[in-house]
Amino acid sequence: MKFAIQINQSPYTHQSPDTAYQFTLAALKSGHEIYRIFFYHDGVLNGSGFTTPPQDERNVVARWSELAEEYGIDLVICIAAAQRRGIMDADEAERHGHAASNLAAGFRLSGLGQLIEAGIEADRLLVFGG
Amino acid sequence: MPPQKKKFLFVNRKAPYGTIHAHEALEAILTGAAFEQRISILFLDDGVFPLLKEQNSGDIGLKDFSPTYNALSLYGVENIYVDEESLIERGIASDELSIKVELKTTKEVCLIMEQQDVIFNF
Repeated sequence: MKFAIQINQSPYTHQSPDTAYQFTLAALKSGHEIYRIFFYHDGVLNGSGFTTPPQDERNVVARWSELAEEYGIDLVICIAAAQRRGIMDADEAERHGHAASNLAAGFRLSGLGQLIEAGIEADRLLVFGG
Repeated sequence: MPPQKKKFLFVNRKAPYGTIHAHEALEAILTGAAFEQRISILFLDDGVFPLLKEQNSGDIGLKDFSPTYNALSLYGVENIYVDEESLIERGIASDELSIKVELKTTKEVCLIMEQQDVIFNF
């Protein structure tokens, strides 16, 4: 089955990004396809490459980057939601005059159309985090 | 890729201003409508509050996005549903809402949800 995933909550405060990750991994290992993971609302913070948890804790952001690299998953951050919350790639940071960019490896910024398209293309769209 | 139209339902469940959910849900709805799918919207629980007329959020420094609801019909949104029970629980009369909506019983809301291909919950 072809799944699309939407994640609406930030890591660490909420468990939903962890649950979404576990689901994604289980689905991939069972031979399903993950069409796209779309991060919206505070879920865009899953793409902050500056995330630096204590060493004995899971790194939610790095885990997504590794998943993208290993399985070629399309990780898309809503650009409008990301701008509100300070997540930017190098181009966006330069355009807005910020000193640094922080979009983590394996993620890309794009519009809400990517979420709608995922809903159209996938067999099931699952939403994690209210 | 063959063109296909899916039934999308956007469910609004939160009051405006306290969280950004209602505002960002509206942005997603307008995008969905631009993709020419069969779009319905449901306002449920505290999600009925964003529909109230004459909001004045200037004093709390937040943007009143409610006028954008008027544009939904222009964008080709097919159905705008409100859960009647949610209005009653909150003491809101349907003439206090800023746009024309279809009132639905909770049982009808369940049927509407069953008929969708995709449900976005905000």
